[in-house]
Amino acid sequence: MDIRKVKKLIELLEESGIAEIEISEGEESVRISRYSREAPAPSLPPSYAVAAPQAAAPAAPEAAAPEPPNRGHEVKAPMVGTYYAASTPGAKPFVEIGSRVNVGDTLCIIEAMKMMNQIEAGVAGKVVSVLADNGEPVEFDQVLFIIED
Amino acid sequence: MLDKVLIANRGEIALRIFRACKELGIKTVAVHSTADANLKHVLLADETVCIGPPASNLSYLNMPAIIAAAEVTDAIAIHPGYGFLSENADFAERVVESGFVFIGPKPETIRLMGDKVSAIKAMKESGVACVPGSDGPLGDDGDENLRMARSLGYPVIIKAAGGGGGRGMRVVHSEAALLNAIVITGSEALAAFANDQVYMEKFLERPRHIEFQVLADHHGNAIHLGERDCSMQRRHQKVVEEAPAPGIAEELRNSMGERCAQACAAIGYRGAGTFEFLYQDGEFYFIEMNTRVQVEHPVTEMVTGCDIVKAQLAIAGGERLQWSQADIQWRGHAIECRINAEDPKTFMPSPGTVQLWHAPGGPGIRTDSHVYSGYAVPPYYDSLIGKLIAHGENRRSAIARMTTALSEIVVEGIRTNVPLHQEIFQHAAFKSGGTDINYLEKRLGLK
Repeated sequence: MDIRKVKKLIELLEESGIAEIEISEGEESVRISRYSREAPAPSLPPSYAVAAPQAAAPAAPEAAAPEPPNRGHEVKAPMVGTYYAASTPGAKPFVEIGSRVNVGDTLCIIEAMKMMNQIEAGVAGKVVSVLADNGEPVEFDQVLFIIED
Repeated sequence: MLDKVLIANRGEIALRIFRACKELGIKTVAVHSTADANLKHVLLADETVCIGPPASNLSYLNMPAIIAAAEVTDAIAIHPGYGFLSENADFAERVVESGFVFIGPKPETIRLMGDKVSAIKAMKESGVACVPGSDGPLGDDGDENLRMARSLGYPVIIKAAGGGGGRGMRVVHSEAALLNAIVITGSEALAAFANDQVYMEKFLERPRHIEFQVLADHHGNAIHLGERDCSMQRRHQKVVEEAPAPGIAEELRNSMGERCAQACAAIGYRGAGTFEFLYQDGEFYFIEMNTRVQVEHPVTEMVTGCDIVKAQLAIAGGERLQWSQADIQWRGHAIECRINAEDPKTFMPSPGTVQLWHAPGGPGIRTDSHVYSGYAVPPYYDSLIGKLIAHGENRRSAIARMTTALSEIVVEGIRTNVPLHQEIFQHAAFKSGGTDINYLEKRLGLK
């Protein structure tokens, strides 16, 4: 089985929602899996917890690349509601990747029961990740931003 | 039929509601605290929303969080289960004001029955006998209160109007203790229920606790599903329940049940509810009404064949009751044992990981539990981890089946009250039936 075929299979897997592909050709077979053999495939139903972006499946079937460890401070939702990145529709978002924030700066709005709640930064630093989408429902403790100092 | 229901509860009742929704094709939203992400119904529900940290007041009692969760998931209705916010009239009101269906009676009905003084007044007006008492809140006139107690005859009990479920009460055996007891119960009531109103009742010394299940729809139809005997209690917490109540004649059951159904119609009740009575010397005395589904609803389901939670969902969806009173038949006998994560002798809570859970089976055996092998019982909530229900063609058969089931159930890793249940099922007095609400504590040497 030549390496180009394997590479094509990897690309197929990455682009689709498939977790695992196994192909046999005669006596040769290759299995490419998104997850390491030790970790069980998650069986939780869809929830509003946004998963951190999936690391790309590597060439070797053995170990799925572990997610890069979060450096910095996770800003978690203190309440349930709808996440808004800006103060009004069409306005500039409060923060973007790369924005510098001070303690107390507004990062976003979470709306619940017709009330807009401003979520403020608890630490100063640089926003390195924005993990929620404008208009998306968020749940308690859901990670919204990562701020590095 | 409702399209999507948010289950505002946890543990075994949340799983029960989930199952009823699933059967009816209703989409489910499971809200949960961070400690409950691995609850069985959370893992099975269509959608889940984490609403807060473990503490109940920040999660399952957090009204804005629950309503916000209903908003973001576009739920149509909220089922409050039992406990938590299920009998909180303010919550029911806010749910309705926010545009959702509250699966239960109207907020004003919850308020009426939640105040024990107004509930008793409403029941008397509907012709339901109540425990002889002050028929209203006690005033500050000490002489009047002494006179009232004298005419009722000691012992009397002072109860908080905002209490219920065994909380906020004090028994007074002699005149010398009366006035102090009234003051102290009032202060405790103010602290616990933000309502210092108290009332007085004759204290019945050896009553049985017998309650009647009712169902009422939004079209004025109300029926009763018979009674349950919940006398086996410790510290006002039910331990074993059964249906029907041993030794109650059929005519008496029918007439009491009828009166409860009529009272429902009179107060415009909607949904499932339970009228609680003390029964002594052949007389029923109303004490309070629970405006929600009860923990022990399965024993009624087993003897009537009626699914009470499904009925709640249908009623809330505006449907007519599917049964008339004549349709209700009682077959056999059912008993329920509440399985708690606690030491069977000291009753100390025993949270922790259930290494091995094995539920019993066989004819007439039903296990209502959210526990599975590897599930960690959290320390933040009540200790009820499951209910074991046995149904048989008569009481003897139900007892025999339950005894077998109690010997089959395995819960390894935590302590449970299964040994206590096994002991109770050996008691001759239990096997004869009809023990009163003091029986268990006396037998355990706690009284």
